[in-house]
Amino acid sequence: MFYREAGQYKTSYKADQAIFPIFQDRMAIVFYLLVAFVAIPYFGSDFFITSMMIPFLIFSLAAIGLNILVGYTGQISLGTGAFMGVGAYACYKMTSIFPDVNIIILIISSGIFSAAVGMIFGLPSLRIKGFYLVVTTLAAQFFLEWCFIRVPWLYNYNDSGAIEVPQREALGVIVTGASATPTTRYLIVLAIVVAMTWVASNIIHGRIGRSWMMIRDMDIAAELMGIRPLYAKLSAFAVSSFYCGVAGAMMVFFWLGAAEVESFDVNHSFLILFMVVIGGLGSLVGSFLGAAFIWILPVILRAIPDTIGLDINAATVEHINFMIIGGLIIFFLIVEPHGLARLWALAKQKLRVWPFPY
Amino acid sequence: MSARTAADIAVGEDLLHVDDISLSFGGVKAIQNISFNIVKGEIRAIIGPNGAGKTSMLNVINGFYHPQEGTITFLGEERRKMRPYRAASQGISRTFQNVALFTGMSTLDNIMAGRSLKMHRNFFWQMFRYGPALNEEIEHRRAVEEIIDFLEIEHIRKTPVGQLPYGLQKRVELGRALAAEPSLLLLDEPMAGMNLEEKEDMSRFVIDVNQQFGTTIALIEHDMGVVMDLADRIVVMDYGKKIADGMPKDVQSDQNVIDAYLGVAH
Repeated sequence: MFYREAGQYKTSYKADQAIFPIFQDRMAIVFYLLVAFVAIPYFGSDFFITSMMIPFLIFSLAAIGLNILVGYTGQISLGTGAFMGVGAYACYKMTSIFPDVNIIILIISSGIFSAAVGMIFGLPSLRIKGFYLVVTTLAAQFFLEWCFIRVPWLYNYNDSGAIEVPQREALGVIVTGASATPTTRYLIVLAIVVAMTWVASNIIHGRIGRSWMMIRDMDIAAELMGIRPLYAKLSAFAVSSFYCGVAGAMMVFFWLGAAEVESFDVNHSFLILFMVVIGGLGSLVGSFLGAAFIWILPVILRAIPDTIGLDINAATVEHINFMIIGGLIIFFLIVEPHGLARLWALAKQKLRVWPFPY
Repeated sequence: MSARTAADIAVGEDLLHVDDISLSFGGVKAIQNISFNIVKGEIRAIIGPNGAGKTSMLNVINGFYHPQEGTITFLGEERRKMRPYRAASQGISRTFQNVALFTGMSTLDNIMAGRSLKMHRNFFWQMFRYGPALNEEIEHRRAVEEIIDFLEIEHIRKTPVGQLPYGLQKRVELGRALAAEPSLLLLDEPMAGMNLEEKEDMSRFVIDVNQQFGTTIALIEHDMGVVMDLADRIVVMDYGKKIADGMPKDVQSDQNVIDAYLGVAH
């Protein structure tokens, strides 16, 4: 009823080419941003912020990264975990070598390293497609994991083989390490995720994003229309890995505080891939929905027995949790194989014409 | 290599010239020693029974297949091998026998995709969708709207093309090819599987494109009535060989052509 585009006439192509042409959508974005930037830091408990919001945002960013590759360019990858690892180790090395440089700059620039690595492992995509490409990206995953163990230079030769986040300040505020407050860390993660989502949306809606989707939908036609597969595919690998790298660096620096090779193993790649598939391939909203579904929902389910006073032991809760999540995944994929983002779009479409069916 | 553009070539001069082209896949000889020309401003039809090598010929022209022998001269530049994107950037654009639209994208985005070669703003501006990148986007949107008007597909502007009926998909595909403002437009069976009304619409668009934009068109089509009405000149192929070349009325009465289509008693 309130979600209508009736009466919103566009008088210029600029207005019609806008990313959110409908007024209510723009208002909704403002509302979400207000909630995220003001309400959550103000009212959210430390538990809510550290174990739900921060990982949710970080995983969303990684899912956006993978979605650029899988959903928008049609190149399947299982190397996400390793590319996140490249970002984390690169950031760790850089902050060891240049301790005085602002950590936020280092986090963003660590994406450049993973972008470079991603491009190298993206080269096979010029020759092979589909499941065969999955296998080559799996090779990237194993090779990089091997590097994280066997190249001690990466973790400064310490005995544990893990990277420990040092304490760093930005503009006089402690932002990493044990004494950084959850709210500070949350706000930095949120700002980076919002900015990078905005950039991703711009790229996707422009010429470069279209060239990715052309390759995804019909690569032969794309080539005959002047798209060079080399540029389109490698740029997708680079941008995708950049996002994953930044997400990986943030995961260690703003959430975990320390990490070793297990934090970036193939299970991690699968986790992000599930988020993308359940959220919706080729959708930025879907990346957030998928991350929320996979990350936030289990945390909520785990908290339910305590809240309502049921006395069940932790192991049972965990088992029930797995069953419920598994069941829901199957349910959602049967109801809508194109993911939560499609459900979201359908709901919006229904609202638009309500109370009429179409 | 003379860097000529289509504007340098006068109407009636050779725009494209294929010379002694042979293409084989292993033992299969798809095209054998074919030569013909396409002059600027005409509608050139390529006809022939199934498997005659017509589509292979188009694929050779726009660089998707590389012939073993022979050369292609386009805009005065002689070549044998060429990557498809290079052919596209020289101004050869095409539609496909089986609709090859970008199904996940809207009609608008498909036609915008056709203008990819005309958009040059770099990654930096794209990241912020601001200034030059946004202006470029809007400028090309205007050009796309003109094509949408021309093809009368305003009502499906925002519809994902996967949901469109076949006839409209063919029309969107023509729009996408036109968006590149080609100097040579290759149409591979633009009217296949259409009913009479849709064929008439499509024929009108083909003639309009030719006359309004002055685009040179090479067309493959099976409907003889359509071909005889539309084409200025016709190449007839059979089993990879050229069996006739000329005006529609000459081709129609050519004994080789009649034999190829109707068969001969042995």
